[in-house]
Formats: sequence, C-alpha cells, structure tokens
Amino acid sequence: MPGKDIPKSIWGYRRENGRVGIRNHVIILPLDDLSNAACQAVAHNIKGTLALPHHYGRLQFGEDLQLHFRTLIGTGCNPNVAAVVVIGIEPGWTGRVVEGIAATGKPVQGFSIERNGDIKTIAAAARVAHQFLQQASELRREECGIADLWVSTKCGESDTTSGLGANPTVGNLIDKLDPLGVTTCFGETSELTGAEMVCKERAVSPEIGEKFMKTWNAYNAFIEECKTDDLSESQPTKGNIEGGLTTIEEKAFGNLTKIGKKTKFIDVLEPAEAPGAGAGLYFMDTSSAAAECVTLQAAAGFAVHLFPTGQGNVIGNPIEPVIKLTANPRTAREMSEHVDLDVSGILRREMTFDDAGDALIDIMVRTCNGRLTCAEVLGHREFVMTKLYRSA
Amino acid sequence: MASWETTIDNRIQIALRGRIVTTHILIHGQEDTVGVAVVEGIEAGMELTGWVMDSDETISVEARDPIPLGHKVALQDIAEGDTVVKYGHDIGRAVQSIAKGHHVHVHNTKTKRW
Repeated sequence: MPGKDIPKSIWGYRRENGRVGIRNHVIILPLDDLSNAACQAVAHNIKGTLALPHHYGRLQFGEDLQLHFRTLIGTGCNPNVAAVVVIGIEPGWTGRVVEGIAATGKPVQGFSIERNGDIKTIAAAARVAHQFLQQASELRREECGIADLWVSTKCGESDTTSGLGANPTVGNLIDKLDPLGVTTCFGETSELTGAEMVCKERAVSPEIGEKFMKTWNAYNAFIEECKTDDLSESQPTKGNIEGGLTTIEEKAFGNLTKIGKKTKFIDVLEPAEAPGAGAGLYFMDTSSAAAECVTLQAAAGFAVHLFPTGQGNVIGNPIEPVIKLTANPRTAREMSEHVDLDVSGILRREMTFDDAGDALIDIMVRTCNGRLTCAEVLGHREFVMTKLYRSA
Repeated sequence: MASWETTIDNRIQIALRGRIVTTHILIHGQEDTVGVAVVEGIEAGMELTGWVMDSDETISVEARDPIPLGHKVALQDIAEGDTVVKYGHDIGRAVQSIAKGHHVHVHNTKTKRW
C-alpha cells in the first residue's frame, strides 16, 4: 500500500515482563469503593502518583467477581504502569490483586484498612508510594520495535461522518500495522448489531467466526430480555441521532469500518482478557459505552487507544492515552481542544484515506514517544469498571 | 488500494486544475437509497451534487427539506415498509413513504432489530 514509511520503532518503557509501555504511571489502586478515600489521600500527598477510584468491589460473586479481579489486576499489569500500591478494606482480596500484579515482576504492595484505620493506612501506603515514584522517575525510555505496541480502538458519539471518514481512517491504520505484527483490538458487541454477519466473515477461521457469533448472540439475548423499547436514544444515543445516525444497523456498519478492509480478527476475548494468540487483531466482548470499553481494553494490556468521534465524545483513561480523531468539520472547529487529529478533509475530498491513515500513524507514534493527548492535557481519567449484575 | 481511494487522488488532481464543484452529499455504494450531507446549510430547493464513493459516479438530487450536516437525504422514492439501504446493506425500514429529496431520519425510518 502506498503512503509514507511507517516508523519501525517507538520510544517506550520496557517492563520486567518484556511488555512495552508508553507512560510511566505509579498508581494507587483501590480494591473496593470503601478504599477510594485512602487512595485519593495517598495520591494527594505523593505528587505524581495517580489514584483510580471506582464504585465496586463488595459482595460481588461468580463471573462478575472474576471480572472485577481481572480488571483490577489487568490495570496494574498494564505496561503503562511502573508500580502499584493497592489498598483494600481487608487483606484477603487485597492480597489477590497484589499477587496478580506481582506476576509481572513490577513493584507492588498492598495495604488494608481494617484494624488500622484510614490514617495509619495512608501513612504506610504513602511511604511506599514515595519510594515507588522516585524509582519510576529514574526509568528511561528506550527504542522498542513497533511490533511491541498494543493498540485498541473504540468509537464514541459517532455520527455519519464517523463511518465516512474517522472510522475508516482507523481501519486504514490497522490494515497498515497488522502486517508489521502490531497487536490491535476492537469491541462494542451490541454495536455490531445489524452488521454481525459481515463481522463474522472477518474472522480468521470459521471457528473464530462461530465464537464471535456466540458472544454476539449472548449479548443480543440479554438486550432482548431487558429492553423496554427499541433502545432509541440509548443505542443509538441521543448524540448519534443528533448527528444523523438513525438506526443501530446504520451505526454498526460505520463502526465496523474501524477494522479496515482486509485485516482478519484472530480471536475473541472475554472482557479485560489479555490476548493470548500472538500478534494480530482481536475482538473483545465489551459494552459500547466509551469509558467501560476503554477501561476493559486497558486492563487487557493495550497501551494506546484510537478513538474516532463524530459529535465529540471527550473521554480519556487514566493509564491508556486516548487519541481522538474526527471527520466532522463542526466538531473539529467547535471542540478543537479535544481533537488530536482532524480528518474532515476526507469529506471535502481533499484528503485520501491513505493520507488520513498516515497522519494517524504519525500522531500515534508521537503520542507513544511522549506527546500528551488532548484528553491527558484536559485531565480526562474515566476509569469505569464493568459490572455484570447486582451484588449479593 | 480500493478503486475509490484511487479516484479520490484523481479528484484532487481535478480540483487542482479548478474543475471540481462542491460535493454536497456522499453516497457509500451504488445500491444505496440514501446519501449523507457533508456540508452545512443545505436548504429545500437546493440542487445537490453527490459523489458515489465505490463507483466514482456523480449524481444530483434536489433537496426537498433542509438537510443538516451528517443527515441523510432520499436518493429515490422510498415506499412505506421498504428497506433503506446504506453501505450497500439494510439499515432499517421506512415507516412512512419518503419522496426523493426528503430528509431520512428517525421520524420516518426505524430499526428492524430490538
């Protein structure tokens, strides 16, 4: 495919387990909702660390509990994270998260609040966070192969310009990076509804196609069971409709252009499951809500995220930089502080998809090398755990 | 590279020679019954130039409604109950008849799912 030469390397942080990160965060991770206050106090005291407050972790059970642990452990394991302090209400489950993260070889230590209280816990955890942060500050970026990079994608507040311009731009990038051995991921199970049979054909084999259909059918059955109407204003959202998208089918065909024209997906992942079949494109079973989806992809180990938007979704993630692109000229004009790449030239026929894909590769590599995204600069750190059902 | 990607390059060459007119609507595929407004300010009565991306054809249609940026216009008469086609695929059904040139959206088109 013509176009500019694709950089063969990025400047990243190679972690103890060999994975490559593009950020160097020390995170203060709560096991549960009760531990948010202590985590935020530690992050307030130790400048440069990052607390990741969330709402769950109590009385969950079964598959929902497994997903909770997988998400927290995966977040700690992400190569954009240098070291982790875990705080939980009690030592048992806190220890499970610590052990899971410790498998990467990175520095991690857990603290529990019962029998200690917040103040003693905060003091002890802050001393360790202090040490972790100084250690992390001495780590240096090194030149790493482009194939060490894991890239996820998800679109949000899409409109018809997404399917015409921004999403196929991501697709162009994936078609160019897949042959280079880059690992990539798309998700949004419900948002493939209407295009599910076309998506199935993009699987690398009939078996993986069937695995995808099983996942899609299960999600669709759940929606059929819980719906009270045709989901209009939820899926598609009010913003999608404002932008001209009329039905879920229309949205789905636009969505699917993100995986390019020829790349096949090689496996189907559970939410927050790390890829295990080598380099290539993966489908992950996720909600189509932006923060939930990106949080799951970050927990699976993806280092940089490509987020096409139409009407202007402003999402970020605390550990995985989110690069936004839009083909909507109005969004590019009115919300420019959120837009890392403007590809509205495609709509004016001034820019080819090849040009746009090259421009996206360029901004992605610069982001990997240290350039802050709009979402990072604006402080968008949406960390949203997916909860499958009510707690016990 | 897909043929229509090549044709964008060709179009740019034409534009550089000053021979291109504004494209008001884009159409993904030849089978599509709707086009998407890619400029702001389309009013009823305007003659719209459309570019069919997969075949590089240029078509024209008169707008019979204002069509906001990103919204769809009917390229042909669509009867109540007919399938609306975009990307060459079924994107829902018309719940009232839609004459050529009119706005196609949630007031006259619904999902066949859910």
